[in-house]
Amino acid sequence: MLRLEKLVKTYKTGDQALKAVDLEVPEGQVLALIGPSGAGKSTLIRCINRLVEPTSGKVCLGDVDLTGLSSGHLRRERRRMGMIFQEYALVERLSVMENVLSGRLGYVGFWRSFLRRYPQSDVDEAFRLLDRVGLAHMADKRADELSGGQRQRVGICRALIQNPALLLVDEPTASLDPKTSRQIMRLICELCKERGLAAIINIHDVALAQMFVQRVIGLRLGAVEFDGPPEGLTPDVLTSIYGEEDWEATIAPVDEDDTLEAAQ
Amino acid sequence: MPVQDLKGSKIWQRRTGRESLFHWVLWLIGVAVFAYCWQQISASTTWFFVWDAPRIAHDIWTRATPPRWEYISQLGKPIWDTLNIATLGTIFSLVLAVPVAFLAARNTTPSRFLIRPIALLIIVSTRSINSLIWALLLIAIIGPGVFAGVIAIAIRSVGFCAKLLYEAIEEIDQTQVEAITATGASRWQVMAYGIVPQILPAFAGIAVFRWDINIRESTVLGLVGAGGIGLQLSSSLNVLAWPQVSLILLVILAAVVISEWVSAKVRGAII
Repeated sequence: MLRLEKLVKTYKTGDQALKAVDLEVPEGQVLALIGPSGAGKSTLIRCINRLVEPTSGKVCLGDVDLTGLSSGHLRRERRRMGMIFQEYALVERLSVMENVLSGRLGYVGFWRSFLRRYPQSDVDEAFRLLDRVGLAHMADKRADELSGGQRQRVGICRALIQNPALLLVDEPTASLDPKTSRQIMRLICELCKERGLAAIINIHDVALAQMFVQRVIGLRLGAVEFDGPPEGLTPDVLTSIYGEEDWEATIAPVDEDDTLEAAQ
Repeated sequence: MPVQDLKGSKIWQRRTGRESLFHWVLWLIGVAVFAYCWQQISASTTWFFVWDAPRIAHDIWTRATPPRWEYISQLGKPIWDTLNIATLGTIFSLVLAVPVAFLAARNTTPSRFLIRPIALLIIVSTRSINSLIWALLLIAIIGPGVFAGVIAIAIRSVGFCAKLLYEAIEEIDQTQVEAITATGASRWQVMAYGIVPQILPAFAGIAVFRWDINIRESTVLGLVGAGGIGLQLSSSLNVLAWPQVSLILLVILAAVVISEWVSAKVRGAII
């Protein structure tokens, strides 16, 4: 469904963030992208929806090559890719509802969006999504009144209301406490399953990634170092991605804590 | 190296010997320049007028007090004009300043090499000319009266408002803009959703701040014939009607105090 071919990104400073990355993501697959800081994870995600312009190579979403699109066509394709950010990236001074509805900006005209006259079907969908993530009662709050976990849920709603085929998720849990991190990861993965969405999740927390995803890509210095199931992340593999370290504690098997929480 | 090794213990000083000597020389030069300037100014001052100043000031004070209170009936219209000049001038300037600010801000300008310098030129040129001079020019062009004052204030304020606004635009959180862009929003939608909400508090603050300044500026515009209370001030000064002058100054003071209070309230409400 998503295919990257020889994707290269060289920044103006001469730093080569991505070195000919090839990647294929089938429909409905949730994959985690791991790697040390500076390995090019964020760049990779941003090259897909061209928030960062790739230097060369192809990004194909379905049959469409995104790299050659004009800005009008790019906007139309961006609607199919929901994005979730590390620091939530909600518009702080707008209400929760406005933030969720902003996910529909690609579908409604300027004046409708400016006057906040969204189609009723969009508003219904926004309430449905807010209810799904447990924030229906917060719709009228301003985004900066929410806690970190709540903000990220709003960010998820904003991405999902686009009705995307693919989620691009950039460090969704980096600003959250361990428990909220798990809840957010679980929520993202559940929603992907419910809607048959593919997702690329940048994540630092290897154990958390192993807990939830079906496939892990390890990125090192802009090149794919590992591609396989989460069980394949042996200490040797982690060393090849991140460098020498004692990895035994990091890749502990999925612990009971998680099942306990689900039972509650 | 400010660290010296003295019998095994390391001594740290803020500056090396050479650096502190340099500082002393700098201070010495500064004091010498000050003394020289003092001497020059003193030599070219007619000290008789200075020693005479308290007597003259006292003389004017006795003539100016008490203010001629009944004159207030003629000041209502001029002070109302002054307020209108300031308010309308501020509104016009904001209308002009918003597009200029978006063209001048690095992250929103359509072209860094062509349009941004033009916008910056507008900002600098309108800021660098005092509103009195703008008023003199405009009176020659559109004739004396309130309208010339409004336009003078508007032009004078464009640079100020646009500069503060474009700095606010450059300081926005770019990830919010990224997030809106990623939804497939158009350029204008990104502006309305990603940028405007972030700069709205700054915009409101700038508007009341400039309005506050403009009330003070518009009180003097009448001196050159651009309407408002300055007209009364200049005619009273011309006929040496000191009790009227003191009353006008009191009215201006009251207007400025009230405007300060209003703008403080508004700013408090926004932030």
